[in-house]
Amino acid sequence: MVGLSKRKQYTQAFLYLFPAVFLIGLWVIYPVYGSIRMSFFTEWNLFTQEGTGFGLDNYIKVWNDSQFQLALSNTLVYTFWVVPVSIAASLIIAVLLSNKMRGMKVFESIFFLPYITNIIAIGLAFRFIFHSRVGAITGVFNLLGLEPIGWLNDPEWALITLIIFGVWGGLAFKIVIFMAGLQNIDPQYYQAAKIDGAGRMKTFFRISLPLLAPIVAYITVISLIGSIKVYVEIIGIFGGGSSGAGPANSALSIVYYVYQKFYQESLPTIAAAASVMMFGFILIITIVQLWINRRRLTV
Amino acid sequence: MAQPLTFATSKSNKVLRQVAVYLFLSLGALFMIFPFYWMISGSFKTYQEIVTSPIVWIPATISLVNYQEALSVAPFIIYLQNTVIVAVANSILTLLTTILAAFAFSQFTFKGRDTLFALLLATLMIPSELLIITNYSTVVQLGRWNKTLTETFSVIPQVIGIDTYGALIVPFIASIFYIYLLRQFFNQIPRQLYLAAKVDGCSDWKYMWTIMVPNSINALITIGLFNFIASWNAYIWPLLVTNNVEMRVLSIGLRYFTGEAGSEYHLLMAAGTFVVMPLLVLYLFTRRFIIAGVARSGIKG
Repeated sequence: MVGLSKRKQYTQAFLYLFPAVFLIGLWVIYPVYGSIRMSFFTEWNLFTQEGTGFGLDNYIKVWNDSQFQLALSNTLVYTFWVVPVSIAASLIIAVLLSNKMRGMKVFESIFFLPYITNIIAIGLAFRFIFHSRVGAITGVFNLLGLEPIGWLNDPEWALITLIIFGVWGGLAFKIVIFMAGLQNIDPQYYQAAKIDGAGRMKTFFRISLPLLAPIVAYITVISLIGSIKVYVEIIGIFGGGSSGAGPANSALSIVYYVYQKFYQESLPTIAAAASVMMFGFILIITIVQLWINRRRLTV
Repeated sequence: MAQPLTFATSKSNKVLRQVAVYLFLSLGALFMIFPFYWMISGSFKTYQEIVTSPIVWIPATISLVNYQEALSVAPFIIYLQNTVIVAVANSILTLLTTILAAFAFSQFTFKGRDTLFALLLATLMIPSELLIITNYSTVVQLGRWNKTLTETFSVIPQVIGIDTYGALIVPFIASIFYIYLLRQFFNQIPRQLYLAAKVDGCSDWKYMWTIMVPNSINALITIGLFNFIASWNAYIWPLLVTNNVEMRVLSIGLRYFTGEAGSEYHLLMAAGTFVVMPLLVLYLFTRRFIIAGVARSGIKG
């Protein structure tokens, strides 16, 4: 290369890369090792960074903990609803927003609002909407003569309320990605469909959807991972602290469990084991996605 | 074929279809925007208007008295100050480390470059929840070393540790995702330009700041904005590393305020609006960059 000795090139690259690589090493790569190591000790000294009682005890304890099982099943139910509902809704909205009609930019800006919004703050608004006595929904129910529902304090409903909040927060990102995907479809496909006399529905299912398949797959993975990590939404809508994750812990999630062990109960090694297990779930999803991608490429 | 007839029905169909589209989107938009309306309108209601039945949909008067009360109960101005300091420092420092690394990855050729880049990219899979546990003890540890140094040499300030700005800022000022994004922009700038500049005796440093950076200004604005938003809305890390009220950021202040204000929704809505409003205003002026940035890069937020 242009007149630089090999050694000088290395020195130069090192200087440019050092800040970022050092920081990522310290705050991202090292803690992967640190947390996995910590998860195998039953006792941990925060100051000496040494542990005692090496083994799988934490994993066995977490796996058999009824609270963790509750967290796992809640997280799965939450994911089971939020992922498909938000993907279907955002795809429909994205298709409609892609119409060349007046005012679509305004709608797009409104649909995007949750993306920039502080979840703790807007969670308060949801609390006020779903409040069983003074909430807006209760107001509508009263007008219609319906029995009010304990959205926030009935254990049967708390998870449903969280799911509604999760869908609300998850639409913005997906709509924008789907719109970008729809824009990238070559208009020639649509012209060809029009010449063949295909209707709108047929065009959508036969052309748009198949061509969007990679984007649907990408969004599904991102939103699966996001849903598995649901946490701030729970704090936002049920408040944190002593009140717990909703009535009778009915909205307890995996990440909530991790932070409860770490922050409230000061059991860092249990928290580490639970977070390593969550990392395992995410890794499996990622590997399955890569495997499907590869198969699609080779077939 | 009955051409005119088809034409007529298709025209009225088109109008009908447009009405249906607007109707559906309006319903969706109502669902999205109602929480904001309920929060902002709630911030103007009196306590009476909150608890009365039937429900008050529109407050009778618009007054800032709830804001005054909320701000007098908790030091939200200090929270705001901390949030702005952290978010601005975060964005500027991230841009610096990102520009340097993206430049090296796109312009320099050295052995192991692609391996290093791939290794760093692989870290994107790691959930932050796994990292936070160790990072917390790293901050505690660094804080102790820093304290020893400060006690020995009084000129050295306490920059990291629990209840420092350093702890709120430093763990988030390098991101492989942003490096990846910017590298793509840098790669689009023709290589010949770099070689020509070299021949003219332009240093890498100068080339980076005078050619690469100005040509990637859109990408840099997007990265800065995303960092700012993420920092503004961060919750769990600032909760862990701040105990002192004076060091709290808005999210954390709001959470403690929620515990104290209980069900005084007129105050909670005022405090919530206070936290959300600055970003709403920022969004109003920069939504072009933000939406385009998400569309191009798939940043989950």
